[in-house]
Amino acid sequence: MSTTIQRGSLALVLAAGLGLTVTACGSDSDDAGAGGKVTITVNGQPPKTQPFDRKIFDEDVAAFEEEHPDIDIQPREGFMDPKTFSSKLAGGQLEDVFYVYLTDPANLIARRQAADITDHLDDVPYVDQLQPELKDIFTDDDGRVYGLPTANYSMGLLYNRTLFTEAGLDPDQPPTTWDEVREAAKKITALGDNTVGFAEYSKNHQGGWHYTAWMYSMGGDIAEKQGAGWASAFNNDTGREVAQTLKDMRWEDDTMGQKQLLVIEDVQRMMGAGQLGMYLAAPDNVPTLVNQFNGDYADYGLAPMPGGQGTLLGGEGYMFNPKASPEKIRAGLQWIQWKYLNPDRMDANLKRYADQGQPIGLPASPTPDIWVDGEVRDKQESLKAKYATVPVANYQSFVDGLTELEKKIEPPNAQQVYAALDNVMQGVLTDRDADVNRLLDDAETKANQALAQVR
Amino acid sequence: MSTITSRDASPVAPRRSPPARSAQDRAGRLRRTVADNLTAYGFLSAALVVFALFSWYPIVRGVLLGFQQVNFVTDPVWVGWENFERLFADPLFLTAWRNTLLFTGLALVIGFAIPFAVAVVLNELRHAKGYFRMVVYLPVMLPPVVVAILWKWFYDPGPGLFNTLLRGVGLPPLAWLNSTDTSMLSLVLVATWASMGSATLIYLAALATIPGELYEAAELDGANLWQRLRHVTIPQTRFVLLVMMLMQIIATMQVFTEPYVMTGGGPEDSTVTVLLLLYRYAFTYNDFGTASAMSLLLFVFLGGFSALYLRLTRTRS
Repeated sequence: MSTTIQRGSLALVLAAGLGLTVTACGSDSDDAGAGGKVTITVNGQPPKTQPFDRKIFDEDVAAFEEEHPDIDIQPREGFMDPKTFSSKLAGGQLEDVFYVYLTDPANLIARRQAADITDHLDDVPYVDQLQPELKDIFTDDDGRVYGLPTANYSMGLLYNRTLFTEAGLDPDQPPTTWDEVREAAKKITALGDNTVGFAEYSKNHQGGWHYTAWMYSMGGDIAEKQGAGWASAFNNDTGREVAQTLKDMRWEDDTMGQKQLLVIEDVQRMMGAGQLGMYLAAPDNVPTLVNQFNGDYADYGLAPMPGGQGTLLGGEGYMFNPKASPEKIRAGLQWIQWKYLNPDRMDANLKRYADQGQPIGLPASPTPDIWVDGEVRDKQESLKAKYATVPVANYQSFVDGLTELEKKIEPPNAQQVYAALDNVMQGVLTDRDADVNRLLDDAETKANQALAQVR
Repeated sequence: MSTITSRDASPVAPRRSPPARSAQDRAGRLRRTVADNLTAYGFLSAALVVFALFSWYPIVRGVLLGFQQVNFVTDPVWVGWENFERLFADPLFLTAWRNTLLFTGLALVIGFAIPFAVAVVLNELRHAKGYFRMVVYLPVMLPPVVVAILWKWFYDPGPGLFNTLLRGVGLPPLAWLNSTDTSMLSLVLVATWASMGSATLIYLAALATIPGELYEAAELDGANLWQRLRHVTIPQTRFVLLVMMLMQIIATMQVFTEPYVMTGGGPEDSTVTVLLLLYRYAFTYNDFGTASAMSLLLFVFLGGFSALYLRLTRTRS
C-alpha cells in the first residue's frame, strides 16, 4: 500500500517537474497558419489605458485583414524597450514587425538584429515620397535598407504662451536666437512664485541628447568620420559656447531653477503645472503635456530651434525580425504601408480623429512630417488644415522654420556618447565653479572611447 | 532473563564475506535506500530541474557570455579576453569601482554603526519598546523605488524638506544630490534609512542573548555605560557584528536602485556604481558580453568576501 502511494507521489512529482520543464522550454507557434495564410506579429498596439488609440489600432487591424485575406495580424502591446529587446530576440518572442525610435536603427543594423528588406521594397508604394534623411536612418553604408520611418519630430523650442504674455513678451514672436532665449528666460523667471524660465535635462543620457541638439542648433557637430572610424567633434569653440551659455543661464542669470539632474518627465511636469517658460522639445510633447500633465493646448507654442543652424531629427519607424521569413517581411511591409504610409487613407483617418476631438494640426502623428515636397505632402497639409482641432497657428513658426534648418541624425553609439555628454550638462548646471574646458576634455576622452567601438 | 548464546558471545571476529556477496549486499542496500527515499528523490528532482533551469544554467551562460560577443541572432563569437579589455579601457570602469568602494565605506561607517546604536538604545528602553521597534522597521516595508522618490523630495535643493529645515535654523542649504561632494553621502543616507530596520532587529536579538549577570558583574566592578558597552556588549555580539559587516559589504557592493532612480550616476559620474555601469552595458548599450565580463569581476570580488564569511561561520559553529 505504502509503496503504491510512494509510486503515485513520485509519478505526480515527476509529472509536475516535467510539466514545468516543458512549459519553460515551450516554443512560440506563430508561424504561417493553415491555408497559405501568413501570420505576422506586430507591436505598436496602444495599451488599454489609451482607449481611443487602442480602438483605432484594432479597427485598422480588422480593416487590413479584410482587405488582405491572406494575412493574419497578431497585434501586441508595447513599443521599443531596449531593456527587454535582446531578451525577446534571444527567446524568440520578438515581434515580426517591431517599433523603433529613430535612435535605434544604427545599432540594430550594426549588430545585425534587424532583417534586410531591400529586395522587398520595390512593391511598396509611396516609399519614394519619404524624406531621404529619414530613410537614411534605416540604411547601412552599402545602401541596404532595414526598416521604414513612420513619424518624424524634429526638435524645437516649446514655450508657454500664457507665461510669455504675463512676462510682457509677445507669444507670436518667440525667440529665434539663444540670446533672445536668455532674455525671455530672465523675464519669465522674474514673475516669481518658483517660475523657471528655461529648463534642461541632465540625467540618464538625456542631458547628452539635448547637448547634441544645442550643438546642432549652433552649427556644431558631436562626432565626425575620420578615416574608417569616428571621433568626437564637440571639444571646440562651439562646444564651449554651448556649455558656457548653459552655465551662464544657470548661475549668472539664475533662470534655470535650483533643482537639477532633471529628466523629461520632470520638465513636462513643470510645464504642465505652468511653472516653466521654455524647454527644447519635439511637437509630440504637446499632446503629452495636455493628456498626462493637465496642460491646455492654448497655452503652448512651438518655435524652431534657436540658433537657426540645424536641428536634431527624432521620430519612429518599424523594423523586421532578423529571423522573419521573406513572406512575413512582405506581409509586414504591406501592413506598415497600409497603416502608416498611406495617402489614400489620410482623409478617412483624420476624420476619425477629428470626430473624437483628438489633436490634429501638430506636425506629429497622425499627420507626421515625413513626406518630401510634392503631391502627398500637399494633400496631408490641406487635410490637416481642414480637420485641425488644435491651434495650428501656435506651431506655424516651427513648421516654417523647419525648412531652413539642417536636419541631422544622432551620432553613432549615441547612448554612450550621450552618457559622456551628460557630465558636461551636469557639471555646468550643478557646479557654479565648473571648469568648462575640463568638462569637455573629460567628455571627449569618454566619447572617443565609445566612438572607437563603432563597428 | 535473556540468555547469551554461544554465537553472540563468540570472541571470534566475524568472518569476512566473499567479495561477490558484499557487492550484492551493497547493491541491495542501494536499492532499498532508493526505494525508501523514492518520494524524496522525486521532490528533489523538481527542485533540481528548477535550480538547473533558472539558476545554474544562467550562471554558466553568464560566465560564457563574458568571453563572447552575441547578437542573439547568429551564433555567439568567442572573443577571449576582448570584453575585459574593452572594460579596462572604459574610463568609467575605475570610477565605478572607486564610487562603489566609497559607497561601501560610507555605508560601513554610517549604515553599520547607526543600526547598532539604535539597537542598543532600543534594548535599554523600558517603555514602548514594541512601538519603537515597529517605527524603526517601517521603512523596510516601503518599496525601494518609493523610498528613492520620497528622498528626492527631501533632497530638493529648493523647497525640499532638508533645506527648509536647514534654512529654518539659520544654516546654509546644501546641494545634496546636485553636488559631487555630497551626492554619494546622500545616497548612503537613503540606503541606511531604508534598510536599517532589519539590521536593528538582528542586533536586538543578539543583545537579548547577553546574560544579565555580565552587566551586573560589570556594574559591581564600577563600569560606566561606555565601559559596559565596550567590555560586555561589543565582545558578546562580536560574531554577529562581524557577520553583519560581511553581509553588508556584499550587499552594498551591489548598490543599484538608489543611484539608478535618484541620480542616474551623476553629477559628473560621482554616483556611477559597478552595477549601474553593468546595467548600462547590458540594457542601454545592448552589449551583453561586456556586461557579463563586468559581472564576472564583481562575482570574483564578492566571492572572496563570501568565502571569508563562510569560513567565519564554520569556525564559529
